[in-house]
Amino acid sequence: MEPKEIIKPENLVYERPRLMLDAQMHYCPGCSHGVIHQLIAEVIDEMEMEEKTIGVAPVGCAVFAYNYIDIDWQEAAHGRAPALATAIKRLNPDKMVFTYQGDGDLAAIGTAETIHACNRGENIVIVFVNNAIYGMTGGQMAPTTLLDMPTATCPYGRNVELNGYPLKISDLLALLDGTCLVTRQAVHTAAAVRRAKKMLRKAFENSMAKKGTSIVEFVSTCASGWKMTPDAANKWMVENMFQKYPLGDLKNI
Amino acid sequence: MAEEIKLMKGNEAIAHAAIRYGTDGYFGYPITPQSEIMETLMEERPWETTGMVVLQAESEVSAINMVYGGAACGKRVMTSSSSPGISLKQEGISYMAGAELPALIVNVSRGGPGLGTIQPSQADYFQTVKGGGHGDYRLITLAPNSVQEMADHVALGFDLAFKYNNPAMILADGVIGQMMEKVVLPPQRPRKTEEEIRREQPWATLGKPAGRKRNVVTSLELDPARMEENNIRFQKKYRQIEENEVMFEELMCDDAEYLIVAFGSQARISQKSVEMAREEGIKVGLFRPITLWPFPSKRLLELSKYIKGILTVELNAGQMVEDVKLAVNCNIPVEYFGRLGGVVPTPDEVLENLRKMRKLRK
Repeated sequence: MEPKEIIKPENLVYERPRLMLDAQMHYCPGCSHGVIHQLIAEVIDEMEMEEKTIGVAPVGCAVFAYNYIDIDWQEAAHGRAPALATAIKRLNPDKMVFTYQGDGDLAAIGTAETIHACNRGENIVIVFVNNAIYGMTGGQMAPTTLLDMPTATCPYGRNVELNGYPLKISDLLALLDGTCLVTRQAVHTAAAVRRAKKMLRKAFENSMAKKGTSIVEFVSTCASGWKMTPDAANKWMVENMFQKYPLGDLKNI
Repeated sequence: MAEEIKLMKGNEAIAHAAIRYGTDGYFGYPITPQSEIMETLMEERPWETTGMVVLQAESEVSAINMVYGGAACGKRVMTSSSSPGISLKQEGISYMAGAELPALIVNVSRGGPGLGTIQPSQADYFQTVKGGGHGDYRLITLAPNSVQEMADHVALGFDLAFKYNNPAMILADGVIGQMMEKVVLPPQRPRKTEEEIRREQPWATLGKPAGRKRNVVTSLELDPARMEENNIRFQKKYRQIEENEVMFEELMCDDAEYLIVAFGSQARISQKSVEMAREEGIKVGLFRPITLWPFPSKRLLELSKYIKGILTVELNAGQMVEDVKLAVNCNIPVEYFGRLGGVVPTPDEVLENLRKMRKLRK
């Protein structure tokens, strides 16, 4: 096919989602955040909810999420996003409210806010990006860091005696009566991206149907933090991360 | 609800005034001696009348961050706590100052440091008026001295917070929170509609209509030049507040040779001491700062030209006395008297210290 043919609108198979801003991303090559952002933008657009959606950005690599998705945003203190989202949703029950949080934000410093927002069954969506490392601050140990996995603060690998075990926070959240959907997804293949998007949409629909809290965990790569190429990071994730954090629905009611 | 006269505790007055102001949300965590605020709200069930949200959070940290979330929607939201809980809230208060969010925080303070005591104290003065959390910011601080002012300062605090897009604090203490007095409650005001908020708080995150740029509420700015600009803007605002919003009360100051400077519950006790001193022929007046920040420095400097000395009376080890000394430029003697750890002085003790100071300064 000639280039002239290819660029015809009827041949368009993929474009930047309408709600993604034309901004240069700060994420590293191979990082999962970009794809997850894109899915959120697409779902909000497809649900025609952009005028009613409020996102809460975390502290961590996604702190600048508000530079990429064209909706109203609040920037939370580290770990506090579910508290902000609780108030936003309670004060504006007709809005669609979600938090976007990393593993340190959600499962370390913000554990109390996460568990109690879920336990109250707040009608919000929690997007949880688990890459088992603190990316923004330079690759320190996260609550979800795998055993023997080296990071800047466990350079000889995560050690049980010193650091305890990787925290399977989603399993814990699935036990709470306030959650209606807890699912673990990834965005490393086209098929996985499609599945993840479906579950993300379900989560947002749940929040508007007042079904309780929905958590979509994305088991993700951090090629820079893991000190791997993007391709090697994807393979390492499949071989190691998926063993500890298997994909699928932990709860879907 | 029309205007009503009731007998109640200071804490209860806060709750009733909050409902009547048209507050959108209260988020709190129980702690003595202020738990009646949330208890009263839960008993009143304002969600059935005005639509006000009342929520018991899992911690003070969470409660203040719920306030951040609500405030960033342009809503009238508040929290309350007592000293140890207010320490936990400092993170959120600093973020709100940095994001220029209006909200009302009530501190019915108790003795510290640490878990301290549940008895009244004014030892959070420094924490409140000098910062508390990290960064260069100021908190508009109101110091009620009666149950009536507990009620009145809810509206005043919210109005100032929204006038300047800055958090405001009511700094009371266990005496004012727990004592019962007659109070005139204001008539019910309607809550702001979403349309009103969108008009009056165009920065509010209520969802982005087509045609407007997205609203982002954040305290983050990594470019130092822009962060400096932000800080300069904050400082300009603080100077404006200092210029326009100072409030104080003077009792028998016209012919006074000496002044007692006291706020909150200590102003009430000192008022009695002033009356007793006057009976003895000591010409003393009471100067009561109502705003602790902005502090009434200008007026104190003016008064210092006509008086021989000042005694501050505080439920702490001498905190406001520093601001009084700064205000009067040390051109007259400034002494301090106070009790610590939850002990409240009697009017006689205050009078005794006034006599002592007078003897020294005659």
